[in-house]
Amino acid sequence: MTEYEIVIGLEVHAQVLTDSKVFCGCSTEFGASPNEHTCPICLGLPGTLPVLNKKTVEYTIKTGLAMNCDIAEFSKFDRKNYFYPDLPKAYQISQYDMPLCKNGYIEFWVNGEKKRVGINRIHLEEDAGKLVHAGSIAESQYSFADYNRSGIALMEIVSEPDIHSPEEARLYLNELKKILEYLEVSDCNMEEGSLRCDANISLRPVGTVTFGTKAEVKNLNSFRAVQRALEFEAERQADLLREGGKVIQETRHWDESKGITIPLRSKEEAHDYRYFPESDVPPLVIKDSWVDEIKRGLPELPAVKRARFVNEYGIPEQDVEVLTETKAMADFFEECVKDYNEPKTVSNWLIGEFLRLLNAEGIEIKESKVTSRHLAGMLKLIKDGTISGKIAKTVFEEIFKTGKTAEIVVKEKGLVQITDEDAINDVVDKVISENPGAVEDLKAGKNKAIGFLVGQVMKETRGRANPQLVNEILRKRLL
Amino acid sequence: MRLNEFTAQALRSMVVAGEISCREIIESVLHCIKERDGEIKAYVNVTGEEALKKADELDDKIRRGEEVGPLAGIPIAVKENICTEGIATTCCSKMLANFIPPYDASVIKRVKDAGAIIIGKTNMDEFAMGSSTETSCFFQTHNPLDTQRVPGGSSGGSAAAVAGHESILGLGSDTGGSIRQPSAFCGVVGLKPTYGRISRYGLIPFASSLDHVGTITKDLTDAALLLRIIAGYDEMDSTSVNMEVPDYVKGLKDDLQGLRIGVPKEYFVDGISSDVKEAVFKAIDSFEAMGARCEEVSLPHTEYAVATYYLIASAEASAALARYDGVRFGYCHEDAEDIVSMFSKTRGHGFGSEVKRRIMLGTYALSSENYDTHYLKAQKVRTLIRRDFDRVFENVDCLVSPVTPSVAFKLGEKLNDVLNMYLSDVCTIPLNLAAVPGISIPCALSNGLPVGLQIIGKHFQEEMLLRVAYAFEKNVDFREVNVGEGGRKV
Repeated sequence: MTEYEIVIGLEVHAQVLTDSKVFCGCSTEFGASPNEHTCPICLGLPGTLPVLNKKTVEYTIKTGLAMNCDIAEFSKFDRKNYFYPDLPKAYQISQYDMPLCKNGYIEFWVNGEKKRVGINRIHLEEDAGKLVHAGSIAESQYSFADYNRSGIALMEIVSEPDIHSPEEARLYLNELKKILEYLEVSDCNMEEGSLRCDANISLRPVGTVTFGTKAEVKNLNSFRAVQRALEFEAERQADLLREGGKVIQETRHWDESKGITIPLRSKEEAHDYRYFPESDVPPLVIKDSWVDEIKRGLPELPAVKRARFVNEYGIPEQDVEVLTETKAMADFFEECVKDYNEPKTVSNWLIGEFLRLLNAEGIEIKESKVTSRHLAGMLKLIKDGTISGKIAKTVFEEIFKTGKTAEIVVKEKGLVQITDEDAINDVVDKVISENPGAVEDLKAGKNKAIGFLVGQVMKETRGRANPQLVNEILRKRLL
Repeated sequence: MRLNEFTAQALRSMVVAGEISCREIIESVLHCIKERDGEIKAYVNVTGEEALKKADELDDKIRRGEEVGPLAGIPIAVKENICTEGIATTCCSKMLANFIPPYDASVIKRVKDAGAIIIGKTNMDEFAMGSSTETSCFFQTHNPLDTQRVPGGSSGGSAAAVAGHESILGLGSDTGGSIRQPSAFCGVVGLKPTYGRISRYGLIPFASSLDHVGTITKDLTDAALLLRIIAGYDEMDSTSVNMEVPDYVKGLKDDLQGLRIGVPKEYFVDGISSDVKEAVFKAIDSFEAMGARCEEVSLPHTEYAVATYYLIASAEASAALARYDGVRFGYCHEDAEDIVSMFSKTRGHGFGSEVKRRIMLGTYALSSENYDTHYLKAQKVRTLIRRDFDRVFENVDCLVSPVTPSVAFKLGEKLNDVLNMYLSDVCTIPLNLAAVPGISIPCALSNGLPVGLQIIGKHFQEEMLLRVAYAFEKNVDFREVNVGEGGRKV
């Protein structure tokens, strides 16, 4: 696609991580039985009124600050009107022309180059409920309505159309997600619907500045889906333009299984949302002192942490990417380095064994039984020769399974390294007598044979013999 | 005098003195309802049995010497748009005919805590849209003073109940005059306080930025008493204001010496009947006689108030009434093919024509092509109207004006003359737009029908309003002030 430039803007809805909903006291806990977390307010019963949850405003401002936005001194809520059975009041309380945050940006790396994408705005709004259809949506005779989600706080983060490839879109989302997780303002779980994304995409001839006609793509349920859908859509639009056709402004639906986008509704069918001010929620006057206080509470953000890890710990950039993927991992690393000051070793264990086990179990670092003290304690045992590096893998697996300390595992399993020369000599005697061929080979100058013999000794000792010592003894005896 | 003819204040002292029981009060009111409501039709639902049970509980408490609230045993009539837990709250609309709220409105909680007893729910214009209580889906209410005439609206049921002694106290709502106008028509005291003074939680909305809960009472003391109970900050309504609530009863003083009263000339334009003008001017003379200084003032944007109101109120109503879609509660049309037809059939059959007229007007005013020229412009004019009041209140303590252009009109007289019906709110609407408090008190009779006097105050100065109205009540017996032809006859 050399003749067209792709222009992409993303709208991300992130669930604000508060215990209660944005305008009532209902719980936001995921996985409750249908309509368990509802009350007259979030069901929109007549006469009820919304009361704003201050924490949701704080978290949105926090996000705005982390994304370099201007924070509004004066902000208000508006009603967005449309009829749908999952929307109890038939209007959504949202923000139209006075969002909490405006004019920000986030930066990330694309193929070794720093990329900056503008943030147009971040506003706060309430989520709708969920419909469960009996069978397919087209043939269903009836639907069930679950309002547990109704009234959960969402931040809508709207980017500028600064993204120029589907890959950049994915990387942008990756960085955005990381920032939200670092701030602990959203858990960004796409499967539970706490992070959702819509994409606007258009093409223009390379070198021109006027925007082409855009299509909006919905139903993007993973970052991979975003990239794939945008790749498909860019090709579709390019084909249209090459053939002299026109892109029409419409909303399109990403069909994950077929890998295509299909039209949902055209501009003519678009809703007139009739936005107007929400008079049940008074306008917000946001004091500088509050914003300053929130600013002081900001944690170190991913980009800053990445740079610091490279400089402070001398860890290669690729490894730092993995280490800082989640704040939990980065914190684990730093805690562990405090107890065992060999950053590279710690890093290798984290992005090697630990991550492998976490992935195999499909759990997050916080759900694991392993603490930074566990790992540091085990590394000390390797260092002082109590266990071998090889045995350590077994020990670590046991720590991961049981949450016991390395000392206890080693003691219980009898995994202490054998460093007693007499004990090793006994085993070496046995191995020499059982493997005359290999002994001949070694004596004939085939150096490879020593590896085999060491291996045999290790096997006999179930890995507990100190391999250096075994090597030394074998050489002394046979050469 | 029968018990139901007393005021709350009087009954209260009799209850405290042990002269009467709460049961006797309730029985007296229920008896009156039985006798008269067949003709007046103030109530859509009388909760007599429950009321008697409550009365007995209170009497037991009193007998045991336990503390009871300041309104112990006082019956209160509640407008059908104020939510009452376990009691149908229908807004007199087919749409909500089966709606029983699982919660009490905050004002209901407060009156219950004070010991008041809900005697029943009162008739109103559907969703409070009307000035005559003729658009109720149930039936029309008749003015107890002349049953050929309307009681006014939309709180016509509560005003008729209090005026007909079918209740002692009444609660209503006022979006453009819905408490003051029926109070004027029925010759009782109707108070719409400052926006934010009383919680709206549980008041089924018509237009959030204009809706108020207020009181309908037989006299000023009862208005002060009831306001004291229901006013104040409520954490369930973030538009309610966190300000101290004064003891309004203590604030009632028969002394207007040196008070400056403004008379806004725009409230005496053509369209206002000569009888009403005459009654208000006589009231002004009385105020001067009491030592107040009255002067003509101007609220120059008054002429735009009605148009402004109908745009803003309808726009807000189009959103507020959108939730009635048949999905979760209320009426649902059975015979629908899909979700869109379920919505449109439910709303098509569930709402009456006045409600539909306003939803369409409001939807039009908010549509993207009309927003700037209609809704936004109306909001700008609303600001100008508010500023009119701010400016004039720099020089006067309160304003006096008519409440309605005429006395109570005949049933059916204006029902098909929509524009005329809308214009009848010309003196009451500006207060809702400006959020200032207003009270309607009877000031004269025209051919035996009461004429209302409106006193308008500064934001959160209900005390001043009540004081001016109280002085009038103390010094003038409106039944003896006759105006118009009736006036000449005497």
